[in-house]
Amino acid sequence: MTMQVPTIAEMKAKGENPEILFWVGCAGSFDDRYKRVTIAFIKILNKIGVKFAVLGPEESCTGDPARRAGNEFLFQMQALSNIQLLNSYEVKKIVTACPHCFNTIKNEYPELGGNYDVVHHSSYLKELIASGKLKVKGGEFKGKKITYHDSCYLGRANNIYEAPRDLIEALDADLVEMKRCKTKGLCCGAGGAQMFKDAESGEKEVNIERIEEAIDTKAEVVAAGCPFCMTMLSDGVKNKEKENSVKVLDLAELIAISESL
Amino acid sequence: MVNWIQQALFLGTLIVATWIIFKRFKFIKRNILLGKKGIDKDKIGGWKTTLLLAFGQKKMFDKPLVGIMHLIIYIGFVLINIEVLEIVIDGITGSHRVFSSYLGSFYPFLINFFEILALGVLVSCVLFLTRRNILNISRFKKPEMKGWPTKDANIILIWEVALMLALFTMNATDSILQNRFAESSYVASHYPRVGTFAISQFFIPIFSGLDTSALIIVERVAWWVHIIGILSFAVYITFSKHLHIFLAFPNSYFAKSSSVGKMQNMDAVTKEVKIMLGMQQDDGQTPQEVETFGAKDIFDLSWKNLMDAYSCTECGRCTAVCPANITGKKLSPRKIMMDTRDRVEEVGKKIDQKKEGYKEENILYGNYISKEELMACTTCNACVEACPVSIDPLDIILQLRRYIAMEESGTPPAWNAMFTNIENNAAPWAFAPTERFKWSEDLSQDN
Repeated sequence: MTMQVPTIAEMKAKGENPEILFWVGCAGSFDDRYKRVTIAFIKILNKIGVKFAVLGPEESCTGDPARRAGNEFLFQMQALSNIQLLNSYEVKKIVTACPHCFNTIKNEYPELGGNYDVVHHSSYLKELIASGKLKVKGGEFKGKKITYHDSCYLGRANNIYEAPRDLIEALDADLVEMKRCKTKGLCCGAGGAQMFKDAESGEKEVNIERIEEAIDTKAEVVAAGCPFCMTMLSDGVKNKEKENSVKVLDLAELIAISESL
Repeated sequence: MVNWIQQALFLGTLIVATWIIFKRFKFIKRNILLGKKGIDKDKIGGWKTTLLLAFGQKKMFDKPLVGIMHLIIYIGFVLINIEVLEIVIDGITGSHRVFSSYLGSFYPFLINFFEILALGVLVSCVLFLTRRNILNISRFKKPEMKGWPTKDANIILIWEVALMLALFTMNATDSILQNRFAESSYVASHYPRVGTFAISQFFIPIFSGLDTSALIIVERVAWWVHIIGILSFAVYITFSKHLHIFLAFPNSYFAKSSSVGKMQNMDAVTKEVKIMLGMQQDDGQTPQEVETFGAKDIFDLSWKNLMDAYSCTECGRCTAVCPANITGKKLSPRKIMMDTRDRVEEVGKKIDQKKEGYKEENILYGNYISKEELMACTTCNACVEACPVSIDPLDIILQLRRYIAMEESGTPPAWNAMFTNIENNAAPWAFAPTERFKWSEDLSQDN
């Protein structure tokens, strides 16, 4: 199967409109690990045959890390130019695999003039399964112990706790919870622009505290739905030298792998 | 003691206590209003969150056992106050158990009910004291709890134990006196025969050996200790961390109802950025005086932030779930709230003393809250989620960060590099924008 990744500019040139815009995000575009998540999601989109598009080279940072770091000017520069672009393409529905992009576009763009139906890829995938557009059998994850790490910007910030878990259960996997989960989930340590600087001095790194908890569940896979969590958890696994027994995978990857896409 | 002296003393005490509480109330209200106006009335929790969180104490039940004990103290506090009404009427008019003549057989039932509640309060307070002082619970031992805050918590609990003991003593001695009606007309007329009560009956053996005049003294002392205890407790809490018993209600009412992931937009910035991007014409009006970008002191925070600070009872549930604090960083969301309140109190006092320069001296950022604390926050919202009374420490942290970034240019070099990358490369990392779509080429090679 040849993979299609149409840009919205190409599509518009042909006089067509995408059903969804896949907002890839900076990590999904540049981070080697998260590019694999982008590709997994693209494979799923191709498989179900939905009419989607990406912004491609026109995409730009949502401004989330700048805003959380206190730089409101830079955030609004980003936000207002992104909104200008999105509105010029008359974008209606946006799907993204990044909870930070999701939260910003969904909750913070409206009062700056950007009103879209914004969906995190976990909710989108869940919808696809529920409506029968995407069929999963579980494949290699059947019966495997999988734990899910709640991203703060998906969970507490937007109350999305069930969609990611439903996906894991759809794979017929054995979902095990960490002690701190859902509303009480422990942050990976990267939110609030921490991703872009060293942590303040303390006794421990937050991601180590978190990965220890994940390892305690004896899960073979730690599922995540956020690029920053992905980096932090993967670093944690490396630090604990558990790369051979514990894998950190995104929800879209779980589905793509189980369906051998 | 002659009755009218007691009545006069009582009335005097009542007036003094009410006066102090009124003054403190005005002081605190004025202080809270030092914060900025502008709460969006459409985006608050309203009665729904008030009912759930304040009346229903929903989040207290995250720890079920503690939740139940706290609920007992809360119900005890509210209902036993019905008895305080009787005490106040008795105190002013010189009557005794004035409600008994109106309520008949319902009266002993009511007092029995209060006594059972009072026992619950007593047991809960003793358990809370044990938990705070003997069990090693780390959130009660954090640096910000050293000294006064720990003492404050213990004083409140011991006070409540003493109040309950006074109540039982008062009722036990009263019950004995009721049966000595034959001894004098004073006893007969003053202690209506309403019977013994559910809990205080077990205290009777302690006092039954005393002669009647000694018993009257014990009963009177217990009565006075109880009512003075309650009045001074009411005064004390206005100086302590315990104000949550009142402020939990307005604080949950005004809690943010929009997604907690949403940061407040700075409209002053929007206008400037729109002009910069050519999306809006400069109307030539000098922009309204923008005091400061972000917050450096309490005057830059909202009044809700300041009410949050007064509502905090220092339970530390926020700090116990803070990823930065758990891993040994300096940040403690509880300390952010305590610092904010301490600063507001300091400013309030200086204003009353007509001292100059309070706006410049000892400001919140730098003197109370350090940059290191602020930089450690991951904005994960765990503190906001954990607070039983809808306090939002994150909102304060983010406003102070805005000051550091936009007024001080004091953000760490790594963040400055991230800012530059976003400006130049449209991504927080130093990749060229032309590389952004390169992953799609990798994809075609994949196949």
